[in-house]
Amino acid sequence: MPARIQVPAQAKPGDVIEIRVLIQHAMETGYRVDAEGRNIKRNVIHTVICRYNGEEIFRADTSSGISANPYFQFTTVAQASGTIELSWIDDAGVQESERQQLVVAG
Amino acid sequence: MNRRTFIGSVGVLTLAAPSLRAQTIDLRPMINTITKGVEARKARVHFELPVLVDNGNSIPMTVKVESPMSAADHVKTIYLLSERNPVRQMATFHLGPRAGRAEIQSRIRLAGSQHVVALAHMADGSFWYDWASVVVTLSACIDET
Repeated sequence: MPARIQVPAQAKPGDVIEIRVLIQHAMETGYRVDAEGRNIKRNVIHTVICRYNGEEIFRADTSSGISANPYFQFTTVAQASGTIELSWIDDAGVQESERQQLVVAG
Repeated sequence: MNRRTFIGSVGVLTLAAPSLRAQTIDLRPMINTITKGVEARKARVHFELPVLVDNGNSIPMTVKVESPMSAADHVKTIYLLSERNPVRQMATFHLGPRAGRAEIQSRIRLAGSQHVVALAHMADGSFWYDWASVVVTLSACIDET
C-alpha cells in the first residue's frame, strides 16, 4: 500500500473532520551520494492533492523540505458520504493515488 | 567567582543565546519573496515547532490560522519558508472554505538550526505570519550520507 488515509469512522453533516495521510516515499533530496560517491538523483513528491467526491479540498506543493514518507493532517467539512481520494506526483513523473470511504450520517 | 556562580552564569548565557539571535534576525527578506512588498503582520498565525531536535530529517510541525474559513473570509495559502534550507520555499498548502478550519500538521526537514516562517495569504489579500526557531543537532540534506 503506497499510502494510508485515516478518516473518522462516521461523521455528521457539517462536522469539521480531520484527515490524516501518510505516503510511502523516500523524498530523495538530490544532495546525498551513494557508496561510490555518485549523486543520487533528486526525486521528491512535488504535488499532493486531496479530493472529496471529486472536488479538491486540499493541495500541497512540496519539496525536499518535507520529510521522507510525508505525513499531512488537514481538515474538511463533512457533507455527504463518499470517497476521499489522495493523489500525488513525484519528480520521476510517477502518479499514484489512494482512496478511503467516508460515511456521513445523522 | 566561585564554582556555583560560574555554572549559573554559563547556564544563563546558553539559554539566552537563541533569543538574542532571534531578535537580531530580519525575517523580511524571507517573507518578501512571497509578499512582493505587501506588508505581512505577525498575528493570527500560530506556528509550532520543537525548540530543539536531534535529527533534522523529520520534525513535526503545526500551523493554525485564526480564520472563520467562510466563502468571503478564508485562508487561501499557507507558505512554509526556511532560512537556511537549499530549497527555501519548503511547502505551499492551498486551502479553501471547505477546509472548515485552517490547521495543518506535517513533518519537515531542516538543514541545520534556523528560523522557519509560516506565512498565510488570506482571501482579502492580506498576509499574516508567525515564526519559530529550531536548534538542530544533526541536520538533514547536507551533512547526511
